[in-house]
Amino acid sequence: MKKAILFLSVLSIAGFVSCKKDNKDPEPSNPTSPAPTPTTGNLTVQFTNMVDAQPLVFNTGYKIMGGDSFKVTKLNYYITNIRITKTDNSVYSETNSYHLVEHSNPSSTSITLPNVPNGSYKSISFTLGVDSALNVSGAQQGDLSPTKGMFWSWNSGYIMFKLEGSSPASGASSKGLLYHVGGFSGANKTQREFAFNFGATTANVNGTSTTPKVKVSTNVTELFRNPNTINFSVLHTVHMPGADAKKLADNYADMFTFDSVVN
Amino acid sequence: MFFNKGKNSFVAGCAAMLLVSACSVDPKIVPVLPANDIREVIPDGWPQPVYRFERNPLGEKGFILGRELFYDPLLSKDNTISCGSCHQQFVAFAHADHDVSHGILGRLGTRNAPALFNLTWHPSFMHDGGVNHIENQPLAPVENPLEMDEKIGNVINKLQASAKYRRLFNDAFGSEEVTYQRFAQAFAQFMGMLYSYNSKYDIVMRKEGTASFSDEEQRGYNLFRAKCATCHKEPLFSDFSYHNNGLPVKPSVNDSGRAHITLNPADLYKFKTPSLRNIALTKPYMHDGRFETLEQCLNHYNGGVTNPVNLDPQLQGGIPLSAQDKQDLIAFLKTLTDYKLLFDKKFADPNGQ
Ligand code: HEC
Ligand code: HEC
Repeated sequence: MKKAILFLSVLSIAGFVSCKKDNKDPEPSNPTSPAPTPTTGNLTVQFTNMVDAQPLVFNTGYKIMGGDSFKVTKLNYYITNIRITKTDNSVYSETNSYHLVEHSNPSSTSITLPNVPNGSYKSISFTLGVDSALNVSGAQQGDLSPTKGMFWSWNSGYIMFKLEGSSPASGASSKGLLYHVGGFSGANKTQREFAFNFGATTANVNGTSTTPKVKVSTNVTELFRNPNTINFSVLHTVHMPGADAKKLADNYADMFTFDSVVN
Repeated sequence: MFFNKGKNSFVAGCAAMLLVSACSVDPKIVPVLPANDIREVIPDGWPQPVYRFERNPLGEKGFILGRELFYDPLLSKDNTISCGSCHQQFVAFAHADHDVSHGILGRLGTRNAPALFNLTWHPSFMHDGGVNHIENQPLAPVENPLEMDEKIGNVINKLQASAKYRRLFNDAFGSEEVTYQRFAQAFAQFMGMLYSYNSKYDIVMRKEGTASFSDEEQRGYNLFRAKCATCHKEPLFSDFSYHNNGLPVKPSVNDSGRAHITLNPADLYKFKTPSLRNIALTKPYMHDGRFETLEQCLNHYNGGVTNPVNLDPQLQGGIPLSAQDKQDLIAFLKTLTDYKLLFDKKFADPNGQ
């Protein structure tokens, strides 16, 4: 655990430094050299949304262990600042690393990093949520465009994580569950950092057409427990930054687990 | 699909040139905005604006697109209401005689539409400061169910489907692609040009020609500096901070003000200090439009300050004002009207009237 924290803080320093780099296009390869073997390749990070041991399917009833049942109708979250580390400890940080994972859009659950330098990668880290600077820097585009429905218009800032659904136990008259989790600064910030070692395996990028895949599970049930047990009759609607959003963020801080690497 | 490669790179080149020149131009101190000139202005003695167009190079084409959007009811769900419906040029882009906003289908909001000018100096927008950037301001009325009640994604699709807008986006940004960022930046170009720095007050301060205050105005100005200027700070006439100025809370609405955004009890009933430029025109007054006249505003400061929760310390006991004081203050406040803003044709609805 301590190690993970240390690892994380080293990474985040590395991340800060590399964030300073501007988003230049990759250098064009020298036109005079004869077709060189590529020195970079792709690496894919794949998220599988789960409800404990079962894959998440919208509009399907699930029961929390010893608790209430619920259905999910919407699940979106931002994965940002993806960094991967080689066995020699050099770090590759994706530029413009902002990805919206939408359960309704299967292609969005696989994030492919282009132009990754060849090598054996032993670990990954990423952030759930959008860093505070981009919450205060005006109109953004791509996955950060407010057309994605993940930006509060009346209280500027990104919704980092969104789960909607229903439960017979919900205290709302509609029996709905609505968890829009955001808040980008101060005590109630909701971004959370994650870092995983691949253990004995490595993800091998070697410039060929094969793309190594790092598989990560997202267990949405974690939103409702540990450290804060969410009682649907009491906390069924969260749609602004604040103490409730922070509670949910503290819960999702252990939502991801590393599954495997497929080379 | 909408791209034309050759033209594209040409326009991109121009945009790059524009960018370079925009960066190298020193923020010139320009006394008067020359007609039809779209550029950043920082009047002599004013602070640096918050928004500097660094990544949104200003140009006539961007401004024209922004103006078209501002006056287009296409932005609302039922195509009935434009920004210009609630923000009217002849009253400095406030809403004449409306205490609270009137949205689509006659839906009533709870707040008064503020006048719009000198927006590039605002660190935040709305009476509660909920919007933190000029570029993201248009999103709020578009998506507010009581105002335009539209989804921004639909607006972008409607614009993309329009030949007129494909052309205007191409003119402004070098391709026909309509994106949220382009939409927002064109808006910022139009709204950012709504400068107000040519009132009688400004001309007197700049010592232009023989302009001077009357005795009444001068007494009003002295009073203003003594009693009002810490919050309504010159030259923008706002400190852009949040205060409870002692208005009794209306139980039916119970607008919590800044606390609506921060959830902090210490922000309860605080509202952003409005600028007093053009104040003679922008009735009704206060966040909920409760006062019809300047006289009523001054009577409030004189004897009406109540609401003790987080009341600003400067307003403990109110601000005693004699009848003469009130008359002088109002005379001074009337010197803040900027007819250039009200009548400059380039801010008017190009298809209007
Ligand atoms: C239905 C009436 C209505 C419409 C339509 C409308 N507004 Fe407003 N506008 C308001 C009201 C009311 C407020 C204050 C809201 C608040 O404080 O919560 C406001 C606030 C603003 C502000 C903040 C000013 C300040 O001093 O903080 C700006 C800028 C603005 N509007 C621009 C626009 C633009 C751009 C559009 C079109 C996309 C638009 N408005 C459409 C009523 C309207
Ligand atoms: C402690 C700070 C403070 C002081 C001092 C102060 N004001 Fe204000 N004033 C405010 C705030 C905050 C508002 C907005 C309140 C609201 O919207 O509910 C306001 C609103 C107003 C308005 C209405 C503006 C509009 O657009 O609706 C007028 C007029 C006004 N003040 C004039 C004055 C005058 C004249 C003085 C001095 C006699 C003065 N104020 C002193 C903070 C202050």
